[in-house]
Amino acid sequence: MSPGDLEEVISGLPVISDPNLLVGIETADDAGVYKLSPDTALVQTLDFFTPIVDDPYQFGRIAAANAMSDVYAMGGSPLTAMNIVCFPSKDMPKEILTEILRGGLDNIHEAGAVLVGGHSVDDQELKYGLSVTGVVHPDKILKNKGAELGDRLILTKPIGIGVIATAVKGKQADRVALEALIEVASALNDRASQIMQKYETHACTDVTGFGLGGHLLEMAGASDVEIAIQAENIPVIAKAREYALMGMIPAGAYAIKHFCEHKVEIKPAVERVLTDLVFDPQTSGGLVISILPDHADACLRELRDEGIESAAIIGEVIGRHAKGKLQIR
Amino acid sequence: MPETVDASGLSCPQPVIMTLNKIKEVDKGEIEVFVDTDTSKENVSRAAQSQGWDVAEITKSGTGYRMLIKKE
Repeated sequence: MSPGDLEEVISGLPVISDPNLLVGIETADDAGVYKLSPDTALVQTLDFFTPIVDDPYQFGRIAAANAMSDVYAMGGSPLTAMNIVCFPSKDMPKEILTEILRGGLDNIHEAGAVLVGGHSVDDQELKYGLSVTGVVHPDKILKNKGAELGDRLILTKPIGIGVIATAVKGKQADRVALEALIEVASALNDRASQIMQKYETHACTDVTGFGLGGHLLEMAGASDVEIAIQAENIPVIAKAREYALMGMIPAGAYAIKHFCEHKVEIKPAVERVLTDLVFDPQTSGGLVISILPDHADACLRELRDEGIESAAIIGEVIGRHAKGKLQIR
Repeated sequence: MPETVDASGLSCPQPVIMTLNKIKEVDKGEIEVFVDTDTSKENVSRAAQSQGWDVAEITKSGTGYRMLIKKE
């Protein structure tokens, strides 16, 4: 659902609080966190969606990487996962589901987590994802909130996943673009999460359905700051720019841009295709790390040395702002 | 008379693909494109411009839009 609709739906619900609930639904954070003891808190999240690629195994990997990413964004480690499956069993061979689950399982294992079960329903439209439980030290939780004046912002994966997925849907994507999408979206955010925790990181989120711009605004709003990004410095997946120029932009990108408009200032020199990409909804995107400026270069170097080659410093926190603001320049 | 692409009832990226195919076919002149949604309108504008065509007119048509794109 769109961010505006979601806010409206949940705003009136009588949710009770609990001193051990460290992160709940009142903020737009990536996962919920519940304190079990002074040194352990549970991180819980779930996510599932319809296929963005035709290959069932790769779809499974992408969906699992995406679901576990919320735990990494909070600074946690996933421990257990449960499959969520909606499957049209009358219209589709069961082997397809086996391949999806195999892909998911491979990424669960790569994350060092275990599969503990799942639930399936018969549905006309195929959907797959995970419910994930992880752990984090209660004092080391990273939230949207906490970005400080002067912080640099590091993005760990290139954007453009939604645009390429739209081209895939229209059978317009070539092999290079499809392979790039799979490589980016199926990659775990585990190493990026571990590396950022070695440095003075103040806030973090992962880039998913609200696009880079939407998630940066959530961070800016929670932290009461204004964030500025340099559009030219944002890493973009091969071919995504070309497809965006051709008009392969998902409806969600326009909806997010419209929803965010009043809090975004776009400098006139910024190419339209770059702002289109900034609001492109991502599936299993990278982490955005708000980090002490003196630590940014070293963290970036380590990310790249560890194989996260697209990581880049894309902007900084330029001021205080009561409601949160994003400047694209 | 302009060439016509009727993409009403279709969701993206189908209207874009139909427009790009028609552009390839006619090379220059005028094409009118019918679309349902704001997304399709925006995407068809981008598709036309990426091929060096101008969006000359956008008018309401039923619940959607009629777009006129041109290349001389």
